Amino acid sequence: MHDITLVVNGVPREVRVPARRLLSDCLRHDLGLTGTHVGCEHGVCGACTVLLDGEPIRSCLTFAVTVSGREITTVEGLGADGPSPVQRAFAECHGLQCGFCTPGFLCTTTAFLRDNPAPTDEEVLEGISGNLCRCTGYQNIIKSVHRAAELLAEESS
Amino acid sequence: MKPPPFDYHAPVSVAEAVEVLAEAGAHGKVLAGGQSLIPMLNMRLAAPAHLVDINRVAGLGEISAGPDGVRVGALARHSQVERSPDACGTLPLLRQALKLVAHPVIRNRGTVVGSLVHADPSAELPAVLALLGGSVRLASRGGEREVAAADFFTGPLESATRPGELAVSAFFPAWPGGTAFVEVARRHGDFAMAGVAAAVRLDDDLRVAEARVACISVGPAPVVVDLTAACGNRPVASMDWRAVVSAVQERIEPEADIHATAEYRRHLTGVLVERAVRAAADA
Ligand SMILES: Cc1cc2nc3c(=O)[nH]c(=O)nc-3n(C[C@H](O)[C@H](O)[C@H](O)COP(=O)(O)OP(=O)(O)OC[C@H]3O[C@@H](n4cnc5c(N)ncnc54)[C@H](O)[C@@H]3O)c2cc1C
Ligand code: FES
Ligand code: FES
Repeated sequence: MHDITLVVNGVPREVRVPARRLLSDCLRHDLGLTGTHVGCEHGVCGACTVLLDGEPIRSCLTFAVTVSGREITTVEGLGADGPSPVQRAFAECHGLQCGFCTPGFLCTTTAFLRDNPAPTDEEVLEGISGNLCRCTGYQNIIKSVHRAAELLAEESS
Repeated sequence: MKPPPFDYHAPVSVAEAVEVLAEAGAHGKVLAGGQSLIPMLNMRLAAPAHLVDINRVAGLGEISAGPDGVRVGALARHSQVERSPDACGTLPLLRQALKLVAHPVIRNRGTVVGSLVHADPSAELPAVLALLGGSVRLASRGGEREVAAADFFTGPLESATRPGELAVSAFFPAWPGGTAFVEVARRHGDFAMAGVAAAVRLDDDLRVAEARVACISVGPAPVVVDLTAACGNRPVASMDWRAVVSAVQERIEPEADIHATAEYRRHLTGVLVERAVRAAADA
């Protein structure tokens, strides 16, 4: 067993895990943060995407021990007080139905818009191409990403 | 599914890493970005007794570009190389290839050197290394050796890396002409059913002075074909494409799987060879 510290959503959390514990399972089972969803466990669906020091990664393809000491942001940590602009945009534009894929889309989109605040349609498609959704048909997710860009721009002006 | 149990090692220097790898021998595996190894562990296709996590090893993250080419350290992530103006300025083919590797989120963790050692016959980076005649530097308790791409890719998911060895960097030589990477995949970001990297050099009269391609997903390792003779020192506009394409199709050995028949891969490769050579000549 390994004693590790993860700074999750700004809070240092100490936890004892076996080396084979996936970051996704550490967050969900050891830390009780079930907002991060697990679909395929081989990197294809994107539901488990979280931010590692601000960069989106697959938590199902990362061992918790590897990222000991680093900052993790999950969907629970995206909004400081109330939903973040990206979360509000998804709600407003019906960018979700069952919500299974949504935590992954929200984390991916948050980092994507930070790096590219005014993306073209094509850049949005590329940005979210690694996340699968079985419900929405994607059109409303694409609208949500553009709407989130507007909300973020309004907020910073 | 979940990974099987293993003993975990987290060395902080290359010297310590090769020591642990030497002890573990054939039971040890290096963990770099984990974007190929962890899926294999999760699916229980691999069960190493010892995992040597190199993510804390100092000095492996460097990307250095010079007039001769680009050297990429073992911890340089796909996304760091893709965004490096120096690396991609010296060798635009790196960015052309990396854009086709999985999705941006996977590229944030996956490493260029890990992709070479993993040696998937459908992967883009082994084709780039093979096309340019690059090399991989391997460290072990006994010292270092540099293995040329032609000797490095020995079969599907097989490289010349021996038990106890750590790949510390790879060198991609510069190319004095244009390059391109084109492929066809079922979905954007998936492994390609067929793909072709091309490097073309034109002379002052815009005739093809030198041309090579590397084809993926059509053999146990990237298939490199020198097309200089088949191009017949002509300009691209009057090329005998049938001769060029058949020079490649003679050399590839596509196999059928659930994604495509062997014949379809052969056809795709032919179409992509023409596209890649045209694009590289234009670049
Ligand atoms: C959904 C998905 C789609 C993908 N699509 C593509 C694609 O289209 N094209 C593509 O090329 N790749 C694709 N990949 C794979 C990705 O590029 C991997 O990042 C890469 O193949 C391996 O790099 P890694 O650093 O993650 O290596 P790891 O997963 O950490 O290791 C892979 C193998 O290499 C060995 N290894 C790694 N580094 C070293 C080293 N320094 N010394 C010795 N041995 C080492 C490991 O022991 C292991 O056997 C995809 C992955 C996923 C999950
Ligand atoms: S659960 Fe991680 S990508 Fe599907
Ligand atoms: S909303 Fe159901 S999977 Fe996307």
